[in-house]
Amino acid sequence: MVLVLVDHDHGVLDELSLQAVTYGRELAAATGEQLDALVVGADGSGVAGALGEHGVATVHVAAHDGLTDYAPVAAARAASEVAARTGASVVLAAGTPRGNEVMAHLGAITDLPVAADCVSVAPGSPTQVVRARWGGSLIEEANLHGSPALVTLVPHTVAAEPGGSGAGDLAQFTPELADGDLLVIARPAAAEEKAGVSLADAKVIVSGGRGVGSAEGFAPLEELAELLGGTIGCSRVVTGNGWRPHTEQVGQTGTKVAPDLYIACGISGATQHIAGCRNAKTMIVINTDPEAAIMGYADYAVIGDVSKVLPAIIEEAKKAKAG
Amino acid sequence: MDVLVCIKRVPLSGGKFTITGDGLDIESAKLGFTISPHEEVAVEEAVRIVEQHGGSVTVLTLGPADAEEQIREQMAIGADRGILIETNGAEWDPQATASAIADAINEDESDFDLVIMGNESADASGYQVGIRVAHKLGRPIVTGVKGITVAADRATFERPVKAGRELYEVPLPAVVTVLDGLNIPRYPSVPGRIRAKKKPIERRSPERPEPKLEKTRLEVPQTEAKQAQVLGNGPEAAAAVVEIFKQIGVI
Repeated sequence: MVLVLVDHDHGVLDELSLQAVTYGRELAAATGEQLDALVVGADGSGVAGALGEHGVATVHVAAHDGLTDYAPVAAARAASEVAARTGASVVLAAGTPRGNEVMAHLGAITDLPVAADCVSVAPGSPTQVVRARWGGSLIEEANLHGSPALVTLVPHTVAAEPGGSGAGDLAQFTPELADGDLLVIARPAAAEEKAGVSLADAKVIVSGGRGVGSAEGFAPLEELAELLGGTIGCSRVVTGNGWRPHTEQVGQTGTKVAPDLYIACGISGATQHIAGCRNAKTMIVINTDPEAAIMGYADYAVIGDVSKVLPAIIEEAKKAKAG
Repeated sequence: MDVLVCIKRVPLSGGKFTITGDGLDIESAKLGFTISPHEEVAVEEAVRIVEQHGGSVTVLTLGPADAEEQIREQMAIGADRGILIETNGAEWDPQATASAIADAINEDESDFDLVIMGNESADASGYQVGIRVAHKLGRPIVTGVKGITVAADRATFERPVKAGRELYEVPLPAVVTVLDGLNIPRYPSVPGRIRAKKKPIERRSPERPEPKLEKTRLEVPQTEAKQAQVLGNGPEAAAAVVEIFKQIGVI
């Protein structure tokens, strides 16, 4: 049996979990096994219909008085119970912060190895996985020794697609929680007002690096971003210098983005940064150095100083908008 | 407040990686070394907590003898002592790493009120060593944190999520894994570097267990190297750039 840990937020299904379900369905079909899913929290039963449409035979719902908000250890405890009861051969989750966290707890509880951020899983003895390292800058092939195989899947490895002949039957149970399993539980903080477009969802990102020179140097980037209905991004050097807040950092330890247009201004292209912007549909680079590493990822380049090139682009863009 | 920070020596990656002949490692002969960005903010946070509450900062790493360089760097920032779990350079898988770290913590003279780690290492990115250590110690763990407030016997952690942020309040001692952006790490001072040379490092060298997550091959993903089309030099390229804006429909 292939068991997928499905994340939801008070009944709202996590889209990336549906990708994991789709991948799990392919695994189950290949080995002739059943596909089951686990949702934690009674309000998770509302997602059973959608899971059935994606081929899930049985949706295990872990219901418990203490399980309304996200509690990673308790979620892993429930997963361990279902995996043992059903004899799962593979337990799969989305490679999201929560997916990776619950899987690591499951690994610790069962003393089994975990392969996070996989792009391919071939069940067997050992299970063979291919996984991302360095934010995807390197690929690792590895053997995972242990059963069930505990794996998480890099987001967007597959697209979520309905299919299969799952009934999506509900099987509600009360997990046996140990002392302290609910010690760590999320308390949502008041939502903050967020102005403008969020970095992760932006269609256009005007991003600055060391070559922008200073906090003040970002003024033309802001102006261009506003003209194009986009938002500002930056490299780690920029946040490290305190020129921009970390919420704007694009990269392996910042936000991973996939805009229609990424304009990289004065960014050299360290692997740390590329890991966050390699999925841009179109990349325009403005840089004084024609040999900069980022040129290898760019579609178009302007060789020149950001502080001189951007004002000219802004002027042309204004003309184009007016005309 | 005694704080332990776990760090990892990783190659300083500039452009692209090259893989060694046996296909198992990054060719690092010409590379410098550093620690993961998440860990730089972890050490800075530990030093700030101790500046505010008193106590000590210990830095622990599992790695080759050369990893002493990374411990000394963090001592220059303000860590007081080091623990080096010395390996022969071969990679340890997450379970083996967590066991060795938990053993070192259990056998240390300090109980460590707070253990701070990076959310994931820059190189292996397994997202699990901190969680495994917490289970072995029987302590609560919160991961992916970008805000820490410590009181006498409790800590509050802030975790960014899509909808804003989540708060976690846990009793100490606890384990926490942090994200880059938690703070802006300071640069080491010259007196700090001088003091760092004399600070104590305890060395341990346990046996490496057989890996259960066994790396068999590393490779650089095959992506088409793009050949950027140069639109021009300096401001005269502006019209061509705006033409591209029109083509892809952003203006």
